[in-house]
Amino acid sequence: MTAPLLSLSGVSRSFGALTAVDDVTLDVPPGARHALIGPNGAGKSTLFKLVTGSMRVSAGTVALAGDDVTRLPEPQRARRGISQTLQHSSLFLGQTVEQNVLLAAQRQYRSRHSLVPRRQAAARARARELLTDVGLAARAGTPVAALSHGERRQLEVAVALACEPRLLLLDEPAAGMSPAESARLVALLQALPESVTVVIVEHDLDVVFALATSVTVLHLGRVLLTGSPDEVRASAAVQEAYLGTGRGALFLDGTGPAHLEVS
Amino acid sequence: MSVESPPVVSTADGAPDTTATPWRRNRRLTVVLGLVLLAVLAVVPLFVDPFGTNTVSRMLVFALFAMSLDLLVGLTGLPSLGHAAWFGIGAYTAGLVAIHWSAEGLVTVLAAAVAGAVAAAATGWLAVRSGGVFFLMLTLAIGELVHQLAQSLSSVTGGSNGLFGIPSIRIAGTPLTLAGYVYWFVLAVVLLGALALWLVASSPFGGVLRGIRDNEARMRSLGYSPFRYKYAAFAIAGGFAGLAGGLFAGLVRIVNPSDTGFTTSALLLLAVVLGGAGTLWGPALGAALVVLVRDTFGPTLDGHGPLLLGLVFIAAVYVLPRGFAGLAGLRRRRTPRSPA
Amino acid sequence: MLGWFDANLVSILNGFAIGALLFVLAVGLSIVFGMMDVLNLAHGAFFLVGSYLAVSFVAGDSWGGFLTALGVAAVVGLLAGAVLSGMTEPLARRPILDQALLTLGISLVVAEVLSIVYGNDVRSVSPPPGLDGSVDVAGSAYPTYRLMLIGVGLVLALVVWLVVERTSVGALVRASVADREMVSAMGIDNRKVKVAVLGIGSMLATVAGVLAAPVYGARPGLDETILLLALVVVVIGGLGSIRGALIGALVIGQVESLGRALLPDLASFILFGTLALVLIVRPRGLFAGKVAHS
Ligand SMILES: Nc1ncnc2c1ncn2[C@@H]1O[C@H](COP(=O)(O)OP(=O)(O)O)[C@@H](O)[C@H]1O
Ligand SMILES: [Mg+2]
Repeated sequence: MTAPLLSLSGVSRSFGALTAVDDVTLDVPPGARHALIGPNGAGKSTLFKLVTGSMRVSAGTVALAGDDVTRLPEPQRARRGISQTLQHSSLFLGQTVEQNVLLAAQRQYRSRHSLVPRRQAAARARARELLTDVGLAARAGTPVAALSHGERRQLEVAVALACEPRLLLLDEPAAGMSPAESARLVALLQALPESVTVVIVEHDLDVVFALATSVTVLHLGRVLLTGSPDEVRASAAVQEAYLGTGRGALFLDGTGPAHLEVS
Repeated sequence: MSVESPPVVSTADGAPDTTATPWRRNRRLTVVLGLVLLAVLAVVPLFVDPFGTNTVSRMLVFALFAMSLDLLVGLTGLPSLGHAAWFGIGAYTAGLVAIHWSAEGLVTVLAAAVAGAVAAAATGWLAVRSGGVFFLMLTLAIGELVHQLAQSLSSVTGGSNGLFGIPSIRIAGTPLTLAGYVYWFVLAVVLLGALALWLVASSPFGGVLRGIRDNEARMRSLGYSPFRYKYAAFAIAGGFAGLAGGLFAGLVRIVNPSDTGFTTSALLLLAVVLGGAGTLWGPALGAALVVLVRDTFGPTLDGHGPLLLGLVFIAAVYVLPRGFAGLAGLRRRRTPRSPA
Repeated sequence: MLGWFDANLVSILNGFAIGALLFVLAVGLSIVFGMMDVLNLAHGAFFLVGSYLAVSFVAGDSWGGFLTALGVAAVVGLLAGAVLSGMTEPLARRPILDQALLTLGISLVVAEVLSIVYGNDVRSVSPPPGLDGSVDVAGSAYPTYRLMLIGVGLVLALVVWLVVERTSVGALVRASVADREMVSAMGIDNRKVKVAVLGIGSMLATVAGVLAAPVYGARPGLDETILLLALVVVVIGGLGSIRGALIGALVIGQVESLGRALLPDLASFILFGTLALVLIVRPRGLFAGKVAHS
């Protein structure tokens, strides 16, 4: 039994009287494709922030590959291999698509202290490769401000991957993407090597069930259930949580494994 | 398609970030313009009288000074209101070294750069750490304090009389007495300084600074510690400001407390904003222009130059929010964009 | 200890007088930024306008002159604040640097206009009749006017504190320092609030200028010195904090007076040292609210 790559125990975070994340305990093994689902306001995005360190926990510990990182600041956690896409895209708007990816990629190539632009060749090559993967190769020189919403989401993924993460956190990456774009995203994520562990928050259950090998359902900040996709689908408690928020329809029509064309 | 296209230049040239593609088409034009400018600059002393040569020398010094401020304001997004402090410290250092130790040009100028960088590093971490509007206030405070020190430590700095009696620059022991030789020395150092700043700006390090300017939170999540980079940028900018100050001391051979003061900082900031922050060449041009205007019209304004300065400031904020370089960018953007 | 205290009593009292002035100044600067996000670098120039108004109305000759100067300064301050409010409105969504440049430009223009009108000489103003003598404080003679200044500062501090902590206007101020969106959410016209806040903030500067005239006189360059001190006070106290402005003003008052008296050569170092010390311990000032970053 290998140690979990990400291990949360008793993690909580409150905002005043509201406990947005409440005593979450969760282990994600290396190489997992883990989905985190739950109605809006369940605390999914907040939980991601607690993992990346952009927000402090109120209680509990976060461990990465066995090391307690609860007290580490965000950049140090990132250097240990945590990378993310944010729900609300956060890019360098004044810069080109390629520069955005380069900023993430150059950290991997020890070129960031070099004054000679030529040394950046390796980082550039990697950036272009990633842009091709997400389908933005033709837009490399375009300022981010000129991208469409869907294209920005794709760029987010490229930036996150350029960090060469061990743990990739994706917060609703397919939101706002066209069906073709999200199919491409799923294919890209499916093709990621085992060395990258993925935790994904996604409302599009087609995407979730196409990818996930395990699912955690979060409700009102608490873990309702962690299990295989089939177990989650069958769970009465989950149905109820979703029905309570009027989003039951999402589950009710998904009886069999969801179908998804991957072009 | 992505394979055969050459790497897009990442604002290496200091062109506005958003125009990387059009810039490529203009590259040849830029190079030609640059070479012409260089050639013209190189022959100035042969065709211009000593007074005019001196003015151009000061324009060059302030161009370097403005570029160093642009590294902070434009590239890193740290608006400093006290950048003249490092310029002044460099100038006093160069002056004192020349008076008491050696007037060797490179020695004084390097001592000035080191002094500027060290002073900036010693005080800057407070300003950088506090960040935000505190940065504005603290740089203003630091600048003002250096100014007061220059005035009150009269046994060292000559107080409000200024530090005078600075010997002329020597190269390999020979004093440069003709304005032309001093000019070439200044030109050489300014060009080297500008080249170094350009390298810093176009390096991955410069990219990180731009990233911090645009989205500091995201940089943190990419694994960068913004404080270190901002602090390094602050010290580097202080070093180049000190270098400019050292040149200034050798050039005018007197240093006044006002050279470290608020009005000088404000003038420089105006140059950066007018020229277009973040482009390096814009602020250099802006500084040259501002110095030219100040030296030409200053005497006729009867000592009320700051009035003009203030009015230009107010106008610039409303009329030219992105400076001359912004105008250039605007013109470029109107030309239809070819597919990348 | 008591001997030391006696020997430096005058410096200590001076420190309180400077502190009282700085409080009046800094509270304006601090509230304007805390509530409205406007960094007013023309605050020192507004102060100087007040000082020169005291010169114009020969505030030293009669109470009539002194009170007229105060009244005119208050009106001028309110108007200046209103103008500033209008001028900064288009810059609200732009980087803070633009605002700094604008107010910097205003301060340069105002200072130069003052020097054109009043010349470059140091102008002195004597205290109004009855306050121009000195009183005996524990064996040393001390100028009556400065004692009054300390009193005025204390009263003003009390008034500001009462208004902010105990009235509905104060509740609004506190709410909007903590959460800028709040004011508009409560259905109050943000622009009117801005005009009022900037008006009052600038008024505090011009009034402080009149009050300070019998101590500092009026001269070119005073605006920068005063702005620096006020900024240091605000930074030490924490942006938008009334309590911070009070404590900061008292500390800097003593640093400026006692520090200068005891270690005249090191005064600037002490000032910066104090600032540095506070910021090392509390990077955003002693009483930093949530707003300190923007
Ligand atoms: N910075 C914050 N301050 C106060 N409340 C917050 C903050 N961030 C999130 N919340 C609250 O925490 C709860 C969980 O939010 P979030 O994690 O964004 O949910 P999800 O991503 O699952 O939709 C919500 O009720 C939200 O309003
Ligand atoms: Mg969310």
